[in-house]
Amino acid sequence: MPLSKRRLLEALTDLWLAGPATLAMLVLIFIPVGIVALLSFTDYQFGARSFNWVGLDNYLVLVKDPQARRAITNTIVYAAIVIPFSIFFGLLVALGLYRVASYAPRLSAILRAAYFLPVAATLVAMAVVWQMLLHPNLGLVNHLLALIDIRGPSWLSDRGLVLYTLAVIGIWQTVGYNMVLFLAGLAAIPPQLYDAAEIDGADRGWERFWTVTWPMLGPTTLFVVVVTATGAFRVFETVATLTRGGPAFASDVLVYAIYREGFVYFKAGYSSAITMVFFAFVLLFTLAKFRFMESRVHYR
Amino acid sequence: MIELRKVTRRFGRVTVLKDISLAADEGSFLALLGPSGCGKSTLLRIIAGLDRPDSGEVLIGGQDVAALTAAQRNVAMVFQSYALYPHLTVAQNIALPLAMRGRSRLERSLFGRFLGSARRKQQEEVRRVREIAGQLGIENLLDRKPGQLSGGQKQRVAVARALVREPSIFLLDEPLSNLDAKLRVQMRAEIVALNRRIGRTFVYVTHDQAEAMAMADRVAVMLDGRIAQLATPRELYERPRSMEVAAFVGLHPINFTPPATWDALPGGFALPPGSLPPGSLPSGRKVVIGIRPEHLVPAREGRVRGRLAHMEYQGAEILLDVRLEDGTLLKAVAPGDWPAVEEGEEVRLSYLPRNLHLFEADSGTRLSLEVFEGTDGSNGREARPCH
Repeated sequence: MPLSKRRLLEALTDLWLAGPATLAMLVLIFIPVGIVALLSFTDYQFGARSFNWVGLDNYLVLVKDPQARRAITNTIVYAAIVIPFSIFFGLLVALGLYRVASYAPRLSAILRAAYFLPVAATLVAMAVVWQMLLHPNLGLVNHLLALIDIRGPSWLSDRGLVLYTLAVIGIWQTVGYNMVLFLAGLAAIPPQLYDAAEIDGADRGWERFWTVTWPMLGPTTLFVVVVTATGAFRVFETVATLTRGGPAFASDVLVYAIYREGFVYFKAGYSSAITMVFFAFVLLFTLAKFRFMESRVHYR
Repeated sequence: MIELRKVTRRFGRVTVLKDISLAADEGSFLALLGPSGCGKSTLLRIIAGLDRPDSGEVLIGGQDVAALTAAQRNVAMVFQSYALYPHLTVAQNIALPLAMRGRSRLERSLFGRFLGSARRKQQEEVRRVREIAGQLGIENLLDRKPGQLSGGQKQRVAVARALVREPSIFLLDEPLSNLDAKLRVQMRAEIVALNRRIGRTFVYVTHDQAEAMAMADRVAVMLDGRIAQLATPRELYERPRSMEVAAFVGLHPINFTPPATWDALPGGFALPPGSLPPGSLPSGRKVVIGIRPEHLVPAREGRVRGRLAHMEYQGAEILLDVRLEDGTLLKAVAPGDWPAVEEGEEVRLSYLPRNLHLFEADSGTRLSLEVFEGTDGSNGREARPCH
């Protein structure tokens, strides 16, 4: 077979291997993103026959409209609570379970499954459970509080409280996932490093943690931060099922606003603009993480 | 000075160390030699304080160290994987043991830089790290991370970290097995030189008998959690206490003849009746003769006759597989300039009787021999005792 023909065949094979996935990415992700970006500059409504270019109007509304600003600040507050706590508790649980596994492997496995359950379960179904637990009069939480003479608040209908309640549920839901990631990271730390640390004099718990565990978990932590952060910015199910953004938009967040404007009010143009803002958030966050942290955690 | 008294270690039902007793003099170089899984690394970890024996005592410098942590024992350890901290530079890696001992917790913390005492100590650490790095020729690597170093460089950094705080004993766990062959030979000499220079006791774990023989003053051969023999390299080679030890020590695996009673030894290996001290072997017991390939050389009038089955030319020497008439396959070594014969042709081999090892077949223990020279008909005539 002549060389040129062979090269051509190989090129066709490459195309055949990479082509379908590339095509799917293009059709399902990149083109829709492009369309959404275009729509965000229009006043298009679902079902309408025509639309007008409105320039940056949609974005201006986002900046000026207190309701939209509420959604943005709420999302940031929610993420600012969920990200650190979910990572911290995930690490704490992983460290604990990893130690427990050395003397009680079965107990550790059971606890691991228990912590992972919220991740595996459907959040919508879990939301029903939370609703019952947190019901101001009938809920178990307030009943328990009543036992120690504390009058429990209305967790999901108090304007000042609802966002924090949702954040706690968000933490509950993601701790298990982060724990599993951290457990994998812990298992990958070479045991000789702990031996070396012990011989070098770093033999107390904290010293071991700072000398070996934490630095060696660097790549895992970076991944956990990115996954948790994007997950927190995308919060939707709990808001949609438990509060619908209420009361009085006190728990309105970006993705729920996208849903409401786009699928309830059919304001496709405005909804696209919110989507672009959300997209920019996640993109910036991810870029910043990889830009500033990647080189610090891989030690090259 | 290290002394172990009846050290036993069990993991669950498996006993990995059984009644280990041994001692290493101050400044000596002791090798723990054995196949993987023989317990040698566990023994090293027990000396280091990383593991605790179920029973028995560990004494360092005459003091029982059961209550001391690894750091308090002031041992240094070099690991097979080097175990460098990947997030720290070479300089920080070497300085870490100093910082952990020398500075208080506050001085090590973020506030440390505001404390005069911490700054003074840090300057002292930097000076010490430079000094050690200079001794090992790694000053130019101090600012790099371990991920940017070659295997040999990592090895040196690991040694530097071990050396920096002047430990009382040095423990090395297969430190050379991740290096290429050439570098391994070079580092071998460097480690021995280090032992002579700093005059500390070295305990060196290896599965490579050549390494143990080349480096150690004394070698403890460990098999199945026991010390099969503790002796100088020369004694191990010349007077192995059992068949197991004989099989483990030596570059070429030793030949064993099939078990046979005294009067039915295979052709060429028959021994005169007076060779055994009276009473050392009950009649009817079977024995095995061991002879190292390098002691079995082709000779025109050699007593051992066989046919050449296979030959490997190695330059300096030629490895021969010779099949005897009774089917036994013996390995022999001929000098590189030996005029080779065709495979299948007859080869005669000779040996010096003092190079014969006699073992009891059942127990594998060594039997002393009183062999008279000249039985192979090719060499001297004078009587020479042999053990």
